[in-house]
Amino acid sequence: MQLNVNGTTHNVDVDEDTPLLWVIREELGLSGTKYGCGIAQCGACTVLVDGVATRSCVTPASVVAGQEIKTIETVEETDIGKRVVEAWVENQVPQCGYCQSGQVLAATALLTETPQPTDEDIEYAMTNLCRCGTYNKIRAAVRSASEA
Amino acid sequence: MGIADMLKAKPVNVSRRGFLAGAGSLVLATTLPVKPVRGQEASDAPAVQAFMELRADGTVLLKSPFIEGGQGVYTAMAQIVGEELDLDPSQFTVEIAPPGGPFGIMGGFRITGGSASTRSSYMLMRRLGASARAMLLQAASDGWGIPAAQLTTEPGAVLGPNGERAAYGDLAAMAMDLDVPADVPLRDPTTFRYIKSPTPRIDVRDKSTGQAKYAIDVEVEGMLLAAVRHAPRLGMTPSAVTNQSEIEAMRGVHSVHMLDGAVAVVAEKFWQARKALDAARVDWTDGDAQWPMPTDFSSQGFRDQLANATGDIATVENTGDAASTLNSAETVIEATYDAPFVVHGQLEPPSATARFNEDGTLDLWLPNQAPEQFAGRAAEAAGITPDKVQLHSQVLGGFFGRHFLYETANPFPQAIALAKATGRPVKLIWSREEDFLRDAPRPLGLARFRGSVGPNGPEALEIEVVGEGPTGRWYGAPAGNDPSAHEGLSGKPYAIGNKQIGQIYLPNPAVIGYWRSVGHSMHDYMYESFLDEMAEAAGLDPYEMRLSLLEGSPRHSTLLQAVAELAGGWQPGPYEVDGVQRARGVAMASPFGSEAASIAEVSLDGGEVKVHQVWTAIDPGQIVNPAVIEAQVQGATALAVSQTLVEELVYENGEPTARNFDMYPILRPDQMPEVHVRIIESGAEMGGVGEPGLPAVVPAICNAVARLTGQRVRSLPLSKHDFS
Repeated sequence: MQLNVNGTTHNVDVDEDTPLLWVIREELGLSGTKYGCGIAQCGACTVLVDGVATRSCVTPASVVAGQEIKTIETVEETDIGKRVVEAWVENQVPQCGYCQSGQVLAATALLTETPQPTDEDIEYAMTNLCRCGTYNKIRAAVRSASEA
Repeated sequence: MGIADMLKAKPVNVSRRGFLAGAGSLVLATTLPVKPVRGQEASDAPAVQAFMELRADGTVLLKSPFIEGGQGVYTAMAQIVGEELDLDPSQFTVEIAPPGGPFGIMGGFRITGGSASTRSSYMLMRRLGASARAMLLQAASDGWGIPAAQLTTEPGAVLGPNGERAAYGDLAAMAMDLDVPADVPLRDPTTFRYIKSPTPRIDVRDKSTGQAKYAIDVEVEGMLLAAVRHAPRLGMTPSAVTNQSEIEAMRGVHSVHMLDGAVAVVAEKFWQARKALDAARVDWTDGDAQWPMPTDFSSQGFRDQLANATGDIATVENTGDAASTLNSAETVIEATYDAPFVVHGQLEPPSATARFNEDGTLDLWLPNQAPEQFAGRAAEAAGITPDKVQLHSQVLGGFFGRHFLYETANPFPQAIALAKATGRPVKLIWSREEDFLRDAPRPLGLARFRGSVGPNGPEALEIEVVGEGPTGRWYGAPAGNDPSAHEGLSGKPYAIGNKQIGQIYLPNPAVIGYWRSVGHSMHDYMYESFLDEMAEAAGLDPYEMRLSLLEGSPRHSTLLQAVAELAGGWQPGPYEVDGVQRARGVAMASPFGSEAASIAEVSLDGGEVKVHQVWTAIDPGQIVNPAVIEAQVQGATALAVSQTLVEELVYENGEPTARNFDMYPILRPDQMPEVHVRIIESGAEMGGVGEPGLPAVVPAICNAVARLTGQRVRSLPLSKHDFS
C-alpha cells in the first residue's frame, strides 16, 4: 500500500491490518511516535491524519492510505507546530518525555483547528495520558502557544 | 573476591533510606571495587577523567552515576559540576555511566532511587567540577608560565592577569592529562550561579520533538523482534503451543519459543511477532517459580488475611507506655486502614535488546535503575562472566520504581534467551498487557491503629503494620528493620508521649516492588488520616492540633504554617464555590530526608470526589534546582491524586483482573488539580525531591473528604466508595 507520511509517499508491504503505529516505527524507522498501551487509551502514539489527532496504535494502515500523515519528526515544519514546540520548551513541560510526542501533536491539531481555545476546548482536545503528571504544564503551554 | 564475583553478588540489607539518611539500621553488604585512576591512588580525589570528558569544542560529556527518567537528574548533575567547573550547564551532554568502575558512589554501590541521586552525589560532583577547574588552571599556568594562583576563570575560559584568555576547549587535552589535585577549595554557596537557580532542563527540546531515544527505540543491525505471552498465573509454564506450525508459517515469523513461564514469538517485525503470538494456542502447566501465585489468591482475601493476622510484633518505635495508657484511657478509638496493590504504569512498556558478539561478549540495551545488579543477573542468564556483559542503560520513559531488579518482572533474561536461541540480536518488547501481568506492584498494605485522646489531643498511639515491604523481599531486611514496610507510620514528628509501633511480618504472595515514595505512599495516608480521627475524637481542629504537637520542632511547625499561608490561611470549610460545597484537609510527611506538608481542596461531583487544588510546602533542606523541584511536586501530586482517586490492582484466582489502562484507570488530564508549591530551604541536610511531594497529598485529600462528607475513608481508592 502507499502511505503519505511527512510529505513523502512510501510503498510499504505490510498486512492490511497492521496498525499505522508499527508501520511508522518499523517500516519507516520513525521512532518519535510511541507505543504506550495499544488500545487507544494513552495517546502516546498520536499522529496527525489530514490534520486530525489520531491514535495510530488502533488505526489500520490501510485505512489511512492516501491521506496526509504527519508525525512528530516534522511538527516544526508548520508555524503552529513550531510555536507549540517552543511553548513546550519555554514551559519546560516534559519530564520523562515519553508521552510528549503525542501531546505536542494533539496540541498542534487543537490550535490549528481552534487558534484561541477555551478551557473546555483544551480539556476536550488534550486527553492524552501522562504518568509523570505534566498536565498543568501542558495546559500552560497550550495556552501560551495560543497567545503567541 | 574478584570483580566478577562482586558484580554477581546479590546485595543484602540495602536500605534505600537507611544508608543514605545515616539512620544506620542497615548497611550495604556488596561493595564494588573502585578502580583507581591516575592521580587518585594517593588521595581520595574524585576520578575526574572517568566521570567527564572535556572536549576540544569546550563542551563536556559527563557520565552520570544516575539514570534520567524525567526527574531532571542529568540537569542537576550539569548544574552542580558546572557551578564548580565554571561552565554553563547548557554546555553539558550527560549520559549514564557504565557499570562498575568508580561510579558506585553510594559507598561502593549505586541505584537511581530513594530520591537519593542528587543528595548522595552533591559533594562529589562539586569536587569533580572544582578539580577539573583546578586542572584547567594548572594547564593554563603551565602554558603561560604564570602561577596558577594568579589565574581565574569565567564560564568556559581561563583568564590571566594581563588579559590572557584561553578557552577550556583549547586547554582540554593538556588539562585532562594532569593528575587530579588532592584537595581543591569549593565555591562559596553565596556566589552560586547555577546551583539554586531554575536552570532549564537540558533534555526538554529533544523530548518535545520526538528526538529522545528510549530502550524501546534501540535499533541493532540484523535484529529480530520478539513478543511474549506470559502464563496468566505466575508459576505456570507452557507445555505446548498446539498450533505451532501454523504460527511459524505466519508472515515474518522466525521462530516460536517456550520459555520459563512464557511463550515467545520472534519475527522480522514486532507487529508480526505480536500478531502471531495472539494467534498462538498455548497449554499451560504447573512450573516452578520462586514466588508462584496461589491459585486462590485474591487481593480481597489477602487484605482480610492481613487484617486478622496475629503473631510476633517486631518493634519499630516504642516511647512511653502506650499499652497501659490505652488501657486506662477514657476515649479510645480504633481503626484499620488499607491501601491496594498499584502498578507503576510508566508509559514506556518494558523492553530489552540483546546481542551476543563473536568475542563472547553480550551487549544489552535496557531500562534499569541499578546497572551493576542488572549486569550481574544478565551474566547469570547468559552463562558468561559479568565482565563479558556490556550494559547500555537507556533513558527511562518513566520509572517510579518499575526498573529495579525484580525476579520475573524484567524482560532482559528472556531477550538473552531468545538471542541465544536464534543466534541473532533480539529486541523483546512487553506489551502493556504483559507489563500489567508481570509488573512488581506496590504491596497491598494494612495497618491497625488504636489511639487515646485527652482534651489536648493524642495521649497514646499503637500501630501494627502487617505485611512485607520490598526491601524485605529483595534485600533481606528483617521485620522491624525494613523501612519500606513501616516508613510513614514511623519517623513522624508529632510529640505523642506514648507510642508503640510494630510490624507483623506476613509474606506477600505477589512479586512486590518499590513504587514512588515506597512505604510512604500509603503509610502516611493511614497515619495522617487516623491523626485527624484523633483530632475529631478530642474535639480539636486538625491543623491546630498538629501545630501543638509540633511545638518542639520548629522545622515542622514552620512548614505547616507555610502551607497554610500558601493556601490563604487554614480554612477547612465546608464552604461554597460556584454553588458547590468544598472542604480542605491537611497532612504532613517526612519522606527521604525531606519534609512536606500539603493541603487539598475537594468537592463532590455526582458522587465522585473531585480534587480542585493542592498546596504543598516542601523543605528539602538545601536545593539545586527550584524549577525541577516544582515539577517533581507537580508530578508526585498527580501520582498521589491518581492512587487516591482511582488506582487499584485487583487479583482474583491468582491473576490481576486488569491488563491495561482500560480496566485500570490512571489520572486523566481533567482530573488534575491545580498545584501550588512553596519551597522552603531550611538549610538542613539535603533531602530528596523526586518522591517527597507525594505522601502528604493522599491523606490531605482523604481528610478533606471526611470534612466534606463526614465519611472517613479507610480503604483506597476513593472510587470504591459512593459519596452520593
